[in-house]
Amino acid sequence: MKLSQIVEKLNLKVVTDSPFEDREISGGYVGDLLSWVMGKAESGNIWITIMSNVNIVAVAALTDVACILLGEGVIPEEDVIKKANMQDIIILSSDKTAFELSNQIGNILKL
Amino acid sequence: MLKSYEISGTDFSVAGEASSSFKMLLKKLGVKPEIVRKVSIAMYEAEINTVVHGGGGQCEAEVLGDCIKVVFRDQGPGIANVELAMKEGFSTASEKIRELGFGAGMGLPNIKRYTDEMKIKTEVGKGTQIEFIVYL
Repeated sequence: MKLSQIVEKLNLKVVTDSPFEDREISGGYVGDLLSWVMGKAESGNIWITIMSNVNIVAVAALTDVACILLGEGVIPEEDVIKKANMQDIIILSSDKTAFELSNQIGNILKL
Repeated sequence: MLKSYEISGTDFSVAGEASSSFKMLLKKLGVKPEIVRKVSIAMYEAEINTVVHGGGGQCEAEVLGDCIKVVFRDQGPGIANVELAMKEGFSTASEKIRELGFGAGMGLPNIKRYTDEMKIKTEVGKGTQIEFIVYL
């Protein structure tokens, strides 16, 4: 499924500038501890977290996740957005909790 | 092909840049994605350790005929108990570091898990060298 469909169905806020519409979503991973995410998140995943410091960009780039989805209404600082744009990393945001987002994305993907 | 990187010990915002840069090189060279992933994870963990614990250091990453070899060196405090440091969940990272999402005690275990060979040389008060190999 394309990321654009999930963004539309869940009304997610797109924080970064890179084109996101055609990215294919394979599943998801939820976590805030970066080493766990490094070891477990897979290419094409939506990574759901509330961690918003600049290091999330490097983790997303190294794991090849499709995007970072920040829950609980978290919006990253401007320097994080700038770095994400430079590295073609997509950051999305939602007021929903990580649980709600996982549940709803799981339903959309029929996981 | 040998690449050398200086790792800053103070600037967290650039932590991961050596790993990202080497990852791009491996992709350009057409290295298999699963190998790139293993090297990237291990390098990032070692790079973060070099920043958090080593106070900065150096990295040399090399593509050889049958493997990728990476060495990280720092002149930090060294590891007092390597066996303990290798245990999942054990960490000496500060509260401030943990707030950034690090310090889960998964750094060295992740390096071991995602590489084919790993060697640690460390001396308290002098520094640490971590070398790992991933076969192509």
